[in-house]
Amino acid sequence: MDRRTFLQSSLSAVGLNALGIGATSVAFAAAPQGANYRNLLVLIELKGGNDGLNTVVPYADPTYYALRPKLAIARDDVLQLSDRAGLHPALAPLLPLWKNRELAVLQGVGYPGPNLSHFRSIEIWDTASGSDAYLTDGWLTRAFTASPAPRAFAADGVIIGSYDMGPLAGDGIRAVALSNTEAFLRQARLAGAAGEARNKAYRHILRVESDIVQAATNLDARHEFTTEFPQGGFGNAIKTACQIIANPSGVAVVRLTLSGFDTHGAQSATQARLLGELARGIVALKGALTELRRWDDALILTYAEFGRRPRENLSAGTDHGTANVHFALGGRVAGGFYGEAPVLDRLSGDGNPDYAVDFRAIYATVLERWWGLPSKPTLSERFAPVPFVKT
Amino acid sequence: MRTSAVIAHRLLHAVGLAVSVVIAVAAFAASAASTPVLGYDDARHLLARTGFGPTDAEVRAYATLTREAAVAKLLKETQTTASTTPPGGALDTSPLQFPNPETSSAEEKASFAQAQAREGIALRAWWVREMLTTPSPLTERMTLFWHNHFVSSQAKVRFARLMYRQNVTLRANAAGNFGVLLHAMAKDPAMLVYLDGVRSRKGAPNENFAREVMELFTLGEGHYTEQDVKEAARAFTGWSVDRETGEFMVRPRLHDSAMKTVFGTSGRFDGDDVLDLLLARPDTTRHLTEKLWREFVSPDPDPVAVQRIAARFAESHYDIKVALSELLLCDAFYAAENRGVLVKSPADLVVGTLRTLGIEPEQGVAFAVATAVMGQSLMAPPNVKGWPGGEAWINATTLLARKQFVDRVARADGMSTRSERMTSTRSAKAGGALERGLSNLHFDSARFMSQFPGAAPGERAQWAQRLLLPVAPQSTEEPPNDATAIVHGLVLDTAYQLK
Repeated sequence: MDRRTFLQSSLSAVGLNALGIGATSVAFAAAPQGANYRNLLVLIELKGGNDGLNTVVPYADPTYYALRPKLAIARDDVLQLSDRAGLHPALAPLLPLWKNRELAVLQGVGYPGPNLSHFRSIEIWDTASGSDAYLTDGWLTRAFTASPAPRAFAADGVIIGSYDMGPLAGDGIRAVALSNTEAFLRQARLAGAAGEARNKAYRHILRVESDIVQAATNLDARHEFTTEFPQGGFGNAIKTACQIIANPSGVAVVRLTLSGFDTHGAQSATQARLLGELARGIVALKGALTELRRWDDALILTYAEFGRRPRENLSAGTDHGTANVHFALGGRVAGGFYGEAPVLDRLSGDGNPDYAVDFRAIYATVLERWWGLPSKPTLSERFAPVPFVKT
Repeated sequence: MRTSAVIAHRLLHAVGLAVSVVIAVAAFAASAASTPVLGYDDARHLLARTGFGPTDAEVRAYATLTREAAVAKLLKETQTTASTTPPGGALDTSPLQFPNPETSSAEEKASFAQAQAREGIALRAWWVREMLTTPSPLTERMTLFWHNHFVSSQAKVRFARLMYRQNVTLRANAAGNFGVLLHAMAKDPAMLVYLDGVRSRKGAPNENFAREVMELFTLGEGHYTEQDVKEAARAFTGWSVDRETGEFMVRPRLHDSAMKTVFGTSGRFDGDDVLDLLLARPDTTRHLTEKLWREFVSPDPDPVAVQRIAARFAESHYDIKVALSELLLCDAFYAAENRGVLVKSPADLVVGTLRTLGIEPEQGVAFAVATAVMGQSLMAPPNVKGWPGGEAWINATTLLARKQFVDRVARADGMSTRSERMTSTRSAKAGGALERGLSNLHFDSARFMSQFPGAAPGERAQWAQRLLLPVAPQSTEEPPNDATAIVHGLVLDTAYQLK
């Protein structure tokens, strides 16, 4: 046990409130044993299915260049991380994090029986179901149903800039979605009923209203950062996320979305633009979280419904694929490579690689290593965590 | 003599008794035959559950009918075709043209996708307008019910006109015969694309449709084996879609004509044979009756009543009107504890609010976007199981969207201060259409309130509450005097989310 964990566990044992530590800490005092929601999770969905092969490039593999005569990133342009793999040049802003060993590259993330439909595959990721099972609740909803965040938290989770609740869908989690904190606070004035529930549906609606009120009461958008946020939609979403995280009452999960990765045609320019937005957004997020002294207890994870097919199509784009590469970033991330790069000369009948790491093993890492929760109740079966966070 | 007198007396007495018993029985029978009329609240309940938000005039017209007469009228007035004209693209019969995934350019693919998206939006706008204007709301409610039962999504089907044709078939059989509808859906081109029938062939049967037809469309989970699915999948091979016309066609050479064994019965089955085997099983009538119960009566089907209604449904050989009639006449439907227990779907909330307030917008597109913002993108359910509905309709995002919508509509009186713009994270274009539609609405709250009887404003407010809410309001505040404020308070009440 290092000094940090010792401090955390002894503080929560005694009760921060009893120590007279300010209002900021009160929220964390009531955390159920084992669930350390002081550890923040920031999910970034790369919607549409980011092309992992051009994100972390196997620049030493001749098969890669054979499969992608138009789209391959030239060896000299790749930002080399190892003697085999390197980053897309638009991800240059992330290099300092890699050098700091704060960036984990999770390769070959997928699941058995992959589904190539956007809708179905993201549902599988969001609900953490098997590819032949249909679940309605998000995986985080199941986790928070079993182990809720302290009541004083503004919410268990906040969804920013997207309509669907994704991994926070379903009952049993206190979650709100908003695009802009000020607009949410204005809209929230329409909510606010309280009183007697006459039946199950009524009770559910009253609970959702009270979640909205609870979040709206505890959130504001007043924190001023010295960090500069990038222009554009994703930069704004990062700023909104940071304003929410800055509130003393706390949230355990923030989910952001960067859309437009469904690059069936003319991929190069689109993906370069999006990866640039992603990298600059993450750097701003690190800056703001460092200002808030939260970088060391933040874990940023990217995810997407699927990767893209290794062989480029005839429109200088890529079609729906399967296994993909993802990033984990944060002050306590153990930087480096995890999983396995796709084996490009061993593709399936539909031209896709096999997966090396089940995405539910990443979720198990979050549940077990990051929050100290058992993962099996949430994921139905046990997936061995991937050691990309320091404990 | 004395004896005979006594006998005569007794006889007379007995006759008298018998006569009075007969009279009493006759009187009782007469009162049973003319059961009391529905009255305002039961009529409102019946119309709200079978339509989309009735008007005060509609409620009053049904209030004077008995349950039997009211239900018979609703069923008799169902239609088999839409009353509005669909957009031009939906009726297009020119050959289907789609880009070749291998050889078409990115521009060709993009322009195809855009054209279909455009047609799809026009199609949704048309359907919402049909819901807004139809003289038989039950027809559209049932069409929507079957859309969420025999799910297909334009996200996969891509061709808007195939979605339209499916919608036409759903409506044609919406209150018709389930057996006919099942056979039609199994051969429906959109369905064949959606559940991969078109990819299924002898030697490589695709099990997607065979599995869902058992799990979702007929028997329900757990009432079949994996082997049944595998064998049935072989029976459906060869059912395909003509690439030019987009019509159903059989490709005999792709059909597996060998023996199959499904539910222990063997034969050289084709798809129709398997569907008939499914229709012959009591699990199918029970599964459908339970689903209809959850749609119309309550979230918790009563097993005894379900068994009785399912038996009637089976006897009628799947006459949907028989099942509906039984459900809408049973005591559970009218029971006090089943009022306000169902969550309004987004279509219910959006179309119902406009209908009940007497607003008829010219365009449907904004309201199709509104239902999508609330989680119900028509013609694009999330997966083959459809919208889960019920409490799943309500989360923090959708509840605020629902409240914002009713807020905007109730205050569209030209006098209220401008309300918060409704946010759509779908796309800027959709957001623009939504905002334009909302800005063009006009709701005359004074006129709406003046339709209710009573001289005192408080009395009219009581009537407005009885029309708009299924149960007492959450708010215990005294109703305001101002017409807009009365309506606004009621539609923003928690109880308004329920039906």
